[in-house]
Amino acid sequence: MDLLSQLRGQIADFSAFLHREGFVDDQFTQLQKLRDESSPGFVVEVVSLFFEDCEKLVNNMAKALEQQIVDFKQVDSHVHQLKGSSSSIGAARIHNVCIAFKTCCEDQNRDGCVRCLQQVNHECIQLKNNLQTLFKLEQQIIAAGGSIPAMQ
Amino acid sequence: MATSNGSSTGTKITALVVDDDRVINAIHCKRLNKLGIENHVAANGKEAVDLHCSGKKFDLILMDRDMPIMNGIEATRELRAMGVRSIIVGVSTRSIKQEIQEFMDSGLDDYQEKPLTSSKVISILHKINCNEFLD
Repeated sequence: MDLLSQLRGQIADFSAFLHREGFVDDQFTQLQKLRDESSPGFVVEVVSLFFEDCEKLVNNMAKALEQQIVDFKQVDSHVHQLKGSSSSIGAARIHNVCIAFKTCCEDQNRDGCVRCLQQVNHECIQLKNNLQTLFKLEQQIIAAGGSIPAMQ
Repeated sequence: MATSNGSSTGTKITALVVDDDRVINAIHCKRLNKLGIENHVAANGKEAVDLHCSGKKFDLILMDRDMPIMNGIEATRELRAMGVRSIIVGVSTRSIKQEIQEFMDSGLDDYQEKPLTSSKVISILHKINCNEFLD
């Protein structure tokens, strides 16, 4: 089997894994379909923006939850934003944690919020690593003379 | 496939994407771009209103609901009060009927739940095309 076929097989398996384990959903596939010759780096750019904003939101939420009197409305508005952007890039697991997080905010449950925040952090790190692996594989395919296949 | 990029009339459809989330702005702009639409971005309702005050006009406005400084409901009311007749589509993650109705009542032509997909955008564009023919 030549290198290109090997890489294609690897990326197909890895993409299937990401979807199966719920790291990404169909919205991520839709995002990949928006990529074209005029913007080959589109997915990488959008994902980078997402993780930058995610980090800011997580830091803001952590600060808010450390306060003597927690402003749950503020925490909720950060969660709301993260919920929106995670769903638009197809970051399914992060999105799901945000749903639970919102409930904790509504219940003014500080411990619940802290737990959710830890989960968000964990899922962000996992997704970042997984997507870096995916992007590396894509780069290897391009370097081997292939083009990035459309994801199923 | 029906094309709606206005090439037959010689004018491009213009759109204003209003959202405080730059990830969503990037994605929505790309979607619209691929359909041949010229895009502008505003980070909140006030920026959207200011653009119109400076004389800018758009065929389509995609309005997020929750934004700092001026939210989508206030901005839509203000734009309608200014006489803006563009198609304004509310885009939000809110799914409670009451909240959607409140947003619609501010003057929206349509409401779509995030995330926007290409088929949702195409159905919005058909609305614009119909309006163009009626005018």
